[in-house]
Amino acid sequence: MKIGLYPGCSLNGSARDYNESVFALAKAFDIEFEQVPDWNCCGATAAHNMNKELSLALPARILAAAEKHGLADVVVPCAACYSRLAVTQHELLHDPVLRNRVSEIIGMEFKGTTNIMNVIQFVDKFIVDKLEPKIKKKFNYNVACYYGCLMVRPAKILKYDRPEDPQSMDEAMRKIGATALDWGYKVECCGAGLSVSKTDMVSKLSGKIIEDATYRGAEAIIVACPMCHSNLDMRRGDINKFWNNKFTIPVIYLTQAIGLAIGLTAKEVGLKRHFVAVNLPKKEVESA
Amino acid sequence: MSSGTHHHEVDNSLAGKVRHNTQVHAQRCYQCGKCSAGCPLSADMDYPPSLVLRMLQTGDPVLEDKILRSYTIWVCLSCEMCIQRCPMEVDIPVMMDYLRQESIRQKKVNPKAKNIVSFHKSFLDSIKYTGRLFEFGLVVDYKMRSWKMFQDITLMPGMISRGKLHFIPERIKGIKNISNIFTKVSKEDKK
Repeated sequence: MKIGLYPGCSLNGSARDYNESVFALAKAFDIEFEQVPDWNCCGATAAHNMNKELSLALPARILAAAEKHGLADVVVPCAACYSRLAVTQHELLHDPVLRNRVSEIIGMEFKGTTNIMNVIQFVDKFIVDKLEPKIKKKFNYNVACYYGCLMVRPAKILKYDRPEDPQSMDEAMRKIGATALDWGYKVECCGAGLSVSKTDMVSKLSGKIIEDATYRGAEAIIVACPMCHSNLDMRRGDINKFWNNKFTIPVIYLTQAIGLAIGLTAKEVGLKRHFVAVNLPKKEVESA
Repeated sequence: MSSGTHHHEVDNSLAGKVRHNTQVHAQRCYQCGKCSAGCPLSADMDYPPSLVLRMLQTGDPVLEDKILRSYTIWVCLSCEMCIQRCPMEVDIPVMMDYLRQESIRQKKVNPKAKNIVSFHKSFLDSIKYTGRLFEFGLVVDYKMRSWKMFQDITLMPGMISRGKLHFIPERIKGIKNISNIFTKVSKEDKK
């Protein structure tokens, strides 16, 4: 089966681990990705902070290219890209004047017909039903599923999951044997785009998330966004320094956890590329 | 001061400009404070989001000037918590985007926020020249702009050994199309 994919810039670089796990998982379930041809950057925070039209035109070019190429479903693993694409499609569909203006800017027709999917929706639609017979090693750990901002808000536009206490990732994790904990920072912000320019603020916000997950007894934080991952994982040194602590809880992508459960190796799902070592304790597994 | 009812004269207050350009209506706010309570960074702001709305409501040019010079508008992460919880659906993140752009236009960017603006500019330049974000180039360009040469240097060896940093940018085929987009988007708002 072929499905459209918009990887986005970070999956090609600092979130290579995430990329590897998404592709490894797809392969294990006989899914072939077709990338949006000649895709460009979505513009991220910089574009919408600096220029409204640019913030719509960049995602519109991506969506128009997907439409032209006949990609009905487009999976967008990065939560920030997902948000930019979904918000742009929503705005342009609700404002014909703006739609014409943006079509003119990008020099392409934009219809707004793409089904834009985040990675949790992708797992729900294409993987969850086929998961059970493939499970080789239950992921029987206590986990804190961390959704962050952009996969759930604004709910009015995304119409995806409950904005205050989302459950979709918790559900998926339960399917592979994990215990998804209730905790207080599921949808709090990690500091996102201020990672480089205001590192202290990121250390403060991300530290609170890590502290709560640790305090609740989680053995891993499960994420589905490369920005959340880089702030919680790559920035751990800064965070521990800021909070004068030694948090060691690993941060694992949803796709990596599922990959491990179906028997993919740590290397195949990119776990070796993390900054915080993933040393999950071996546990007795009751036979199914 | 603009009223909540429909009127035809041009409203030149900052709230009027916000409304004209973004359809966000500051007068709808009744100061419940949910936005400021939920905002992850209100403590780091000079004015919390609900206070920015109150300042806008007054139409006082002195307060409007303070808003455009504030640190608040740059610290806002666009995490969308405020709009998610606002009982009056005042879209604060959209309003913040407009206020940031207006702050740049009027050359009132808060000195503490210069790094954030530099970072955004480096980011957009990367897209303009290659079509995609070139992370290594972004960091180098930002360091040049902000003179923060040594910050994050310690992360680099780890990123390289983990294969997370590329040194050669990927340029997309439709790069001309991208530079056209950058040329065509309007730099000024209608008002």
